[in-house]
Amino acid sequence: MAATISRTIDARGSFCPGPLMELIRAIKESEVGDTVAVWSADKGSKIDIPKWVEKAGHTLVSVEAKDGYDEIVVTKAR
Amino acid sequence: MQRVVILGGGVGGTLTANLVARKLKARIAKGEAKVTVIDESGSHAYQPGYMYIAMGNERPEKLLRRERSLLDGNVELVIDTIERIDVEGSRVQLRSGDSLHYDQLVIATGSRIVPEAIEHFDTEAYHFYSAAAAAKLRKALDAFTGGKIVIGIAGIPYKCPPAPLEVAFLVESELRERGLRDKTELQFLSPINRAFTIESVSEMATPIFEEKGIDLQLLAGIDSIDAARKVVITDAMEEYPYDLLICVPPHKGAQVLTDSGLAPRSGWVPTDRHTLQVKKMAAPGTKDEDVERYPNIYALGDTTDLPLSKAGSTAHFEAPVVAERVAAAVLRRKPSGKHALYTGKVMCFFEVGDGKGTLLSFDYDHPPKPPKPNQLWHLGKIVFNKTYWQTVPKGRV
Repeated sequence: MAATISRTIDARGSFCPGPLMELIRAIKESEVGDTVAVWSADKGSKIDIPKWVEKAGHTLVSVEAKDGYDEIVVTKAR
Repeated sequence: MQRVVILGGGVGGTLTANLVARKLKARIAKGEAKVTVIDESGSHAYQPGYMYIAMGNERPEKLLRRERSLLDGNVELVIDTIERIDVEGSRVQLRSGDSLHYDQLVIATGSRIVPEAIEHFDTEAYHFYSAAAAAKLRKALDAFTGGKIVIGIAGIPYKCPPAPLEVAFLVESELRERGLRDKTELQFLSPINRAFTIESVSEMATPIFEEKGIDLQLLAGIDSIDAARKVVITDAMEEYPYDLLICVPPHKGAQVLTDSGLAPRSGWVPTDRHTLQVKKMAAPGTKDEDVERYPNIYALGDTTDLPLSKAGSTAHFEAPVVAERVAAAVLRRKPSGKHALYTGKVMCFFEVGDGKGTLLSFDYDHPPKPPKPNQLWHLGKIVFNKTYWQTVPKGRV
């Protein structure tokens, strides 16, 4: 079952490491179980963000290429 | 009378003021233009020198001058605190009760450290982002006899991105000289997935960490400090124990910019990457070309939200562009010449320890290709630091 996105961060105007930093901030402000989507046009995000998510012990729901940007969806696990 | 008001007397504000005054010399002489700098302290600090206080090679009094002594005689200096910027009425409200009308406004209020954003930072962490803090770090290093030193970063962006790496390399050299290296474990916590934000610099710096035996940890931005257990906790919830903690404090832009509706909560002002005009606050996802620019408000240096180093060098290379565009507006002509648009140029030295350094020179389209570290670039940095007062603020380099 697809997770319900509780917050979407549009970081398309932001360069590396901006999208990662925005996601970290959003996860910190979220409750365990919340799902956050980050939109990034920086090609490094789809590599760096999943690595951080794994390190932090959260759940990577999906990484999807959209029209000119990537949508990375993460659920806060702890 | 055309009035140019510049907020902040750091590198960006001082150099812009001097360059505008030079370009408008005839108009100022006729009483048709006026250039004013508003600065809170009236003192100008050479902040890159703070790191050298921490390393025991610089004295705080050498890093401070009166702002008046650096300004062109045609520039008025007002020492006051900015309470509010009224963009609708084109006025700057000051704490003294005065208010100044502007035709052209330049925002160069820089960045500020907010160590209080992290509990126990003041008592547990040492840093080098003020003269006093750098002197305190020096004392701690002098008293250090071995153990674990953790060097990390609490939030991006921060001033002078290479500085924490430089401090790691310089501290390692110092400990070796003092015979303490084999009694010390050194760890560097990078908040991102490599040693440095710029890939080519990261490729240069990563082997230096290895050569020096400094344990480089990635995706380890410092989030909090557990003072009782003497551990830092990262944003990925990992823990790193320390005996001596050196941490870049969180940074923000000036609060007055957020309060005046010119910047989001972070305080970094949305800025056009080429014209350096301030952009109106827009909803996330608005295409950049659709965001309206204030025709007569500019920002430079640490103040902006541009993806560039927050460093004096950035302000140094942006100031001629702001000065050209402001002077052109006053003289009712189009900006022209090589300073009509900013290309993202930044140039700064990078210390690697053992009396060696390298140079980072880049712009929006050309990433840096740092030369192999040698003594020449280290000496270049020392000479630049010593000659700063005669060169940069006065527009001589």
